[in-house]
Amino acid sequence: MPKKVVYEAKIEHLQILDEDGKLDQKLAKDTLTDEQVVYLYEQMSICRQYDEIAFKLQRSGRMGTYPQNKGQEANAVGAGLALEKGKDWLVPCYRENAALFMHGLPMHYVLLHWMGDERGNQIPEDCRMTPLSIPIGTHMLHATGIAWANKLRGDDSVVATFFGDGATSEGDFHGAMNFATVMQVPVVFYCQNNQWAISVPRESQMNSATVAQKAFAYDMPTIQIDGNDIFATYKATKDAAKRAREGGGPSFIEAVTYRLGDHTTADDARRYRDQAELDAWMGKDPLIRTRLYMEGKGLWSDKQQTELEERAKRIVDEVAKTALEIEAPSTSDFFNHMFAELPADLARQRDTMRTSSLGLDPDQVGLGARAQRV
Amino acid sequence: MPQLTLVQAINTALAQEMERDSRVVILGEDVGPNGGVFRVTEGLQARFGKDRVVDTPLDESGIMGSAIGLAIGGMRPIPEIQFEGFLGPAYDQLVNHAGRMRTRTRSAITVPMTVRVPVGGGIHAPELHSDSPEAIYTHSPGIKVVMPSTPYDAKGLLLSAIRDPDPVIFFEPKRVYRSFREEVPDEDYTIPIGEAKVVSEGDDITVVTWGGPVFQCLGALDNLPEDVSVELIDLRSIYPLDIETIVESVKKTGRCVVVHEAPKTAGMGAEISALIQENCFLHLEAPVQRCAGFDTIMPYYKLELEYLPETPRIQKAIEECLAY
Repeated sequence: MPKKVVYEAKIEHLQILDEDGKLDQKLAKDTLTDEQVVYLYEQMSICRQYDEIAFKLQRSGRMGTYPQNKGQEANAVGAGLALEKGKDWLVPCYRENAALFMHGLPMHYVLLHWMGDERGNQIPEDCRMTPLSIPIGTHMLHATGIAWANKLRGDDSVVATFFGDGATSEGDFHGAMNFATVMQVPVVFYCQNNQWAISVPRESQMNSATVAQKAFAYDMPTIQIDGNDIFATYKATKDAAKRAREGGGPSFIEAVTYRLGDHTTADDARRYRDQAELDAWMGKDPLIRTRLYMEGKGLWSDKQQTELEERAKRIVDEVAKTALEIEAPSTSDFFNHMFAELPADLARQRDTMRTSSLGLDPDQVGLGARAQRV
Repeated sequence: MPQLTLVQAINTALAQEMERDSRVVILGEDVGPNGGVFRVTEGLQARFGKDRVVDTPLDESGIMGSAIGLAIGGMRPIPEIQFEGFLGPAYDQLVNHAGRMRTRTRSAITVPMTVRVPVGGGIHAPELHSDSPEAIYTHSPGIKVVMPSTPYDAKGLLLSAIRDPDPVIFFEPKRVYRSFREEVPDEDYTIPIGEAKVVSEGDDITVVTWGGPVFQCLGALDNLPEDVSVELIDLRSIYPLDIETIVESVKKTGRCVVVHEAPKTAGMGAEISALIQENCFLHLEAPVQRCAGFDTIMPYYKLELEYLPETPRIQKAIEECLAY
């Protein structure tokens, strides 16, 4: 009996707008309108400015650790636009700020989060998203579950979840992919392959040539795209969301991008990353190529650029001011959201947190009991 | 009124709640046509369909994590973890995600789910099928932990758990699954989470326990001299803990033995002893005695009864505490 091939696969790489700002007209058909391109460029620019201010807030001691999104903004804006605000769910990691803002999250919430204030996670009712997820690779299962709930409830919303290349090493990533395909739920797995998981490069993270091929294990439609190309990020997400909405189940997107900044403000990438590599990727910056494209098409002028930069500064300064000026949380605030109804002992701990060493009611330790006995 | 085993009472509660609330879904390994390895979900898939009683891939973290998503998405999931030993892979999702979601989002996102888990030893099961990890999850903020020991309590507590707006671990003592039947009303009734039950009233000594050992304690009580009057408390809920019932009893008796299957060190016995000394130190006639599993790995079943707090050991603990 001759051997036969039982499985064959290939992965396509999609790039529509190259790093010189040149557009593939054929592939770009039915993707972004000129207005949308300008809008996404503005969103990316505001997000870049947000990073700048966040960095300064951290360096001046007014905010804790912060992970810059710099260099990866095309992913958040392309995916954000491809999904329906207020209807589709975003289940993010922490480098998708622009998508969250586009879907209605007040911009100061993300700063509050990094300022150590849970109110930054208090997602408003009209926003369909989960808060930033700090532990790596655990939240994709929640995305699968939310999509599963949508399917059971007959709600045609789609869920998109974002994570990095490092996250695909986690067991829960594979669990999420497996459950999503077995249950055929409407979820888009969006991997921002930014080449680095803190200090570990992609090639040390996995033996596979691409991240996209990991989806083959689950027979999930998969594609690799240029993650610094807003046309590609938009189109790939749009296609995946359409498939999911029409009952076609989950899809995988590997967006090849690059973390132009350090992992966080607590990191110094010079310890492990070559300057030459960084310089090469600087040229692939999504902001540069989008601007080149817009200028080439007569959609953008230096005047507009200056105006945008000023506007971005104004917006972000206002956002930072809001975050900095928020009233302090009440002392016992961390007790109040433990359960819908606080158990008696927990309420006692809260009410005596300042009057007793262990949060115990002084009446019940020692003296009260002694009095009762005597 | 039907006479049901613990397994049947849980099955009945699940069916009734699924009938009442279309958001309730069961997910887990072998819970479908097989009805679960203990047959707790028997017949439910045939009755409610494959969408609501779902055989999942063999991935405890996947079950827990996707159940969290289902809950966030508006369902009332009831994930089953086949044995307590397999909670390990799901620990991160349960403790670091289900337990924290309400707090970290300031109640914007909540996780109403009931995690059903067979628990404890005494049924000659293989490795990692006989542990008692309730203290681990009690120590993890944001999660409620219950462990009924009777069919009646199981139905009422399960209905409370499913309707609770926060995550609840519902531990089912395997040793009791089919050990006896009792009357369980057909109608809807709940037992509030956080309320202990006084199984027998007494004046000389308090015995606090929960789950399987309730019956080993009853055996010990039978063997004591007739003039010894023991108050036996079945906690039913481990978190929140019914401190009041314990304290009230110990103030009356002045002596207390805490009995549990889990290892002694940092077990619930330690917490209960601390609470007793905080709340009724001057009423105590003797140190609080712990009668628990040893600080060893739960042995394979040839020696499991040596490890577990069986009747003779409990009897000895009561006698020692009384003699102090």
